[in-house]
Amino acid sequence: MSQPAPALDPAWVKGVLIALTVLFFAVFIFLPLFLVFAEALKKGWDYYVSAWTDRVAFQAIQLTLLTTAIVVPLNSVFGLAAAWLITKYNFRGKTFLISLLDLPFAVSPVIAGLIFVLVLGSNTPVGAWLGTLGIKVIFAPPGIVLATLFVTFPFVVRELIPLMQSQGREEEEAALTLGARGWQVFLRVTLPNIKWGLLYGMVLCNARAIGEFGAVSVVSGHIRGETNTIPLHVEILYSEYNFTASFAVASILVFMALVTLVLKAWLEHQFEKSEKGDLP
Amino acid sequence: MKRNILPGFGLSLGYTVFYLSFVVLIPLFVLLLQPVGLGWEAFWKAATSRRALSAYGVSFTTALIAALVNFVIGLITSWVLVRYRFPGRRILDALVDFPFALPTAVAGVCFAVLYSPAGWLGQFFEPLGFHVVNTTTGITLALIFIGFPFVVRTLQPVLADLEKELEESAQSLGAGRAQTFVRVIFPAIFPSLVTGFTLAFSRGVGEYGSVIFIAGNLPFKTEIAPLIIMSKLDQFDYAGAASVAAVLLLFSFVMLLALNALQTWANKEPK
Repeated sequence: MSQPAPALDPAWVKGVLIALTVLFFAVFIFLPLFLVFAEALKKGWDYYVSAWTDRVAFQAIQLTLLTTAIVVPLNSVFGLAAAWLITKYNFRGKTFLISLLDLPFAVSPVIAGLIFVLVLGSNTPVGAWLGTLGIKVIFAPPGIVLATLFVTFPFVVRELIPLMQSQGREEEEAALTLGARGWQVFLRVTLPNIKWGLLYGMVLCNARAIGEFGAVSVVSGHIRGETNTIPLHVEILYSEYNFTASFAVASILVFMALVTLVLKAWLEHQFEKSEKGDLP
Repeated sequence: MKRNILPGFGLSLGYTVFYLSFVVLIPLFVLLLQPVGLGWEAFWKAATSRRALSAYGVSFTTALIAALVNFVIGLITSWVLVRYRFPGRRILDALVDFPFALPTAVAGVCFAVLYSPAGWLGQFFEPLGFHVVNTTTGITLALIFIGFPFVVRTLQPVLADLEKELEESAQSLGAGRAQTFVRVIFPAIFPSLVTGFTLAFSRGVGEYGSVIFIAGNLPFKTEIAPLIIMSKLDQFDYAGAASVAAVLLLFSFVMLLALNALQTWANKEPK
């Protein structure tokens, strides 16, 4: 796979294509990347630090971390259950189920927020009933969690399906015939086989959960110090023309995105290693 | 077929259906009920108001142009990353996913500042009378950024699996390089290129965070469809928001069907 390709293209074609690619990356990826840090540090280091240690920013970081801490485990468990179901059994409606997993990629994030406002907003029957119990969902953290759940539910399951499909079910069946119980089979046989794919999906899910903007924006109500997430805080600071602070907070998110990419590359490497280890 | 002895069918089916119902199906169903509750005429009026129609137009054309640009740039980038070896290739390869990993709001503020009249890039365009901020050009640029990973990541594995023997034999039979590309390589990768294009297009139509900062959101000019939903919600016009959303949702379903068909087509293509 990593052996160099035979040089079929003339040198000038190769040169022009590489130059075009590098130019595109320079304008669309590297410039925005540098811009964030240049703008964030415009007023010096102290201002930079104060922008994200400020009370409202700190609350936004807290809410974002809380949301991801709920969303990533829930979607991971769902991903394991759904991937197990789809790859180990045949049943009616399976194709429908699989196409459902692509839905959040095709649906606008604004709609993802809207649907929860329509079901659980304070003017709906369910929302009003929850209100009498003292539970506020929309314009409150639970709504943010729900909208994020919707947007990120496919990430883990979509990584697991091709992986578990290629592994088949012989190993699990062998373990069962040897007397292992159901959960033992899952924990000792399936889970070790899919751990890198699972982690990979969790990394993607985590990145999207931290960064989701449109869906969260609809259900948040933008209450400062209460229902702000990090991306919403970036927007608020920007719309107040406080660009330096806005980019300072944005730089946390850029840093997170870069960590995600490094983790991704590392997991891909681990995965390739484990695949090779399987071969005799 | 052998009887399936693996346990957990009931549990995994029950849990999956329960979870999807609460997080996805019931909320979507309620959304689709709203226009019904409104009555057909009121729904049609809200969904096809002049302002909404112009917003669909803006969203569809900018997403379409951005996806077409990505069709070309994605093809070039995948080709370069798969076929050539040069210093920095691995870094570029890892950064293909940057638009996906970067929160859309951050991309939005970056592009708005970068192309503002005094910005790093805007200062060169402005004297030429070429405006980016508050125009559909700006929206298209943001959507190119957002859609870029889709085409590259769909195409890359297919390009890597493409058998070199096919190209070599075409060439030894006397086909020129350009001819080999047009007759042998392009037909083999075309289905995945179209798949990547479709993914980028449907993502672009619904995109919100990266667009609103650079768009300026001028009604009838640079207002995108998701923003119409947003402003109707701000006025507590839930049924109106749901009507516009239903139109976009219908489009998403059509896109999903198209993607399904595309995948079947791509898998059938003889390798």
